[in-house]
Amino acid sequence: MGNPNVGKSVVFSRLTGANVIASNYPGTTVDFSKGNMRIDGKRVEIIDAPGTYSLEPTNKAEEVASKMLKKADVVINVVDATNLERNLYLTLQLLERNIPVILALNLWDETHHLGIHINEKELETLLGVPVVPTVALTGEGIKTLVSRIKEAKINEKIKSTSEEGRWIEIGSIIGQVEQVKHRHHTIRDKISDSTIKPHTGIPIAIGIIFCAFWFVRFIGENLIEYIFNPIFENLYLPIVMRLSEWLGPGIAHTILIGEYGVEIDFFESLGILTTGLYVPIAAVLPYIVAFYFTLSILEDTGYLPRLATLVDKIFHKLGMHGHGIVPLFLGLGCNVPGALSTRTLETRKQRFISATLLAICVPCMAQMAMIFGALGTHGLYYIGLVFLTLTILYIVIGLILNRFIKGESPEIFLEVPPYRRPSLRATFKKTWMRIRWFLKEAIPYLFFGVFLINILYVIGILQWFGNAVSPVMEGLFGLPGDASIALITGFLRKDLAVGMLFSLNMAPIQLVIAVTMLTIYFPCAATFAVLIKELGIKDMVKAAAIMVGVAIIVGFLLRIILLGV
Amino acid sequence: MPLSLLPINKKARITSILGGYGFQRKLGVMGIREKQEIKIVSKQPFRGPLTVEIRGSQMTLGRGMAQKITVEVVQ
Repeated sequence: MGNPNVGKSVVFSRLTGANVIASNYPGTTVDFSKGNMRIDGKRVEIIDAPGTYSLEPTNKAEEVASKMLKKADVVINVVDATNLERNLYLTLQLLERNIPVILALNLWDETHHLGIHINEKELETLLGVPVVPTVALTGEGIKTLVSRIKEAKINEKIKSTSEEGRWIEIGSIIGQVEQVKHRHHTIRDKISDSTIKPHTGIPIAIGIIFCAFWFVRFIGENLIEYIFNPIFENLYLPIVMRLSEWLGPGIAHTILIGEYGVEIDFFESLGILTTGLYVPIAAVLPYIVAFYFTLSILEDTGYLPRLATLVDKIFHKLGMHGHGIVPLFLGLGCNVPGALSTRTLETRKQRFISATLLAICVPCMAQMAMIFGALGTHGLYYIGLVFLTLTILYIVIGLILNRFIKGESPEIFLEVPPYRRPSLRATFKKTWMRIRWFLKEAIPYLFFGVFLINILYVIGILQWFGNAVSPVMEGLFGLPGDASIALITGFLRKDLAVGMLFSLNMAPIQLVIAVTMLTIYFPCAATFAVLIKELGIKDMVKAAAIMVGVAIIVGFLLRIILLGV
Repeated sequence: MPLSLLPINKKARITSILGGYGFQRKLGVMGIREKQEIKIVSKQPFRGPLTVEIRGSQMTLGRGMAQKITVEVVQ
């Protein structure tokens, strides 16, 4: 446990090696992650708790941390050595709970640069528990930490006291163990200042976001062009073609490969072994890899709190505060972690608005990759139309919800940590954990989706449904009736649904309308389940009504504006 | 004067913090307490949030919160 931004997750990844079980979103850790390590040949479970400043929680993520403490046998309290005073508050509270504690004085190397000298032996005597200086980034001190975990003990002498009492106690401890020499303004301070002062910070922010997206596209496209496509076209396609001949026409062929006699197209064939495998792995995965890698770097350097400061005013108008940018960013990768991260917002109103906006206006990377695939060939203009519509919606719906949803929108209050060099090890690990989540959760859904749709198609239910709602689709939105089938599919996987829109041979503008509606009308089943958990059934019903209503209105408006009829 | 009126980069000492116990504690655990030295790093336009520095660590807080914190300039 420890304050936010002290490197808990890096310590955690050092301690657990590669054996991490659950997913993890550090920097924005709202859920806990579990891992295993060995101490003296015994296997112990270790949990990475969300960062918290005290044991009296002020948001949902801190509640998670507080609850977890009750299950712990030993607490490894990770402390930012450059910010000892503030960090010791939580330490004292932990000691008062009569749980064995060991202190990791992390970021130890930073103290030298900052002219801070800490007498860790003295601190150990004063606190009555082991204190180990660590530099988790390089792994220094981690071995000592592991070997001393069994020395963790309860401080018997400490008594529960008031807040005021703790600060007095901390003041006295600091006076005895810490000396601070004057230091000069460094280049890092200058960079930090320029990224948070509005007149320089805003242009820099625009530049960074632009570069980040360019970087994601660059990595994604190159992975597809030089690695994934060659593998699928040259190695995999011949195998599937042979299988197709061997199977011959029939239901099995339709389900596994697609319609018999039609040339195999990985996007349009809609077979489990063709589209079902190609879309998640070759079309979407490269972008997921690129996106999470880039996001991890942005998170780990400490840039996000600065961005949150710069955009706070705008988000405040939308009923949230600057921290609302975190669910938005995470959601661009996958809406599920985005929905989870709404927990870091303090009030129900803020969480409701940010979750609803996320579900309506934020396409996930899987869907975006497919949108680029579908509309990219027609030109950037069409892609721009989709994103422009979604951005306008985010702002307009935010303004409206802020007016009509009851409740408070407290002001922003967050720490702006110093810039840190991201640990490549932690970045790769984090990227990998997020990708693994995608592989584990998304691919089964896609297989299942393709399978289900093929079955429904063979039975004839889909055609019947398409015909039944085609007057609505055509009349209201100017779309072919079969587009409704894609919308249903979108509940399972949005990337698959965009793939289905491919095969309908629509005009680019129709595709824009269909793709936009697909983003808005409903989140995918996985996000839906998380949102029910986060918001509760009642609020989720409200949010879902808003989504469907907005989709219908926007679809109709786009048709009038873009198709002119 | 209220913290929100303190010019950028001028050192000041916190003399009082208005507001309830929860508010005081929320600020307190982050280091914003009476008698502490504080400095404003940046102010966002249109009454946006302030970024302040206390004991070497920086944090962003809303303008409304800053109005509840009274400071006196340190010479």
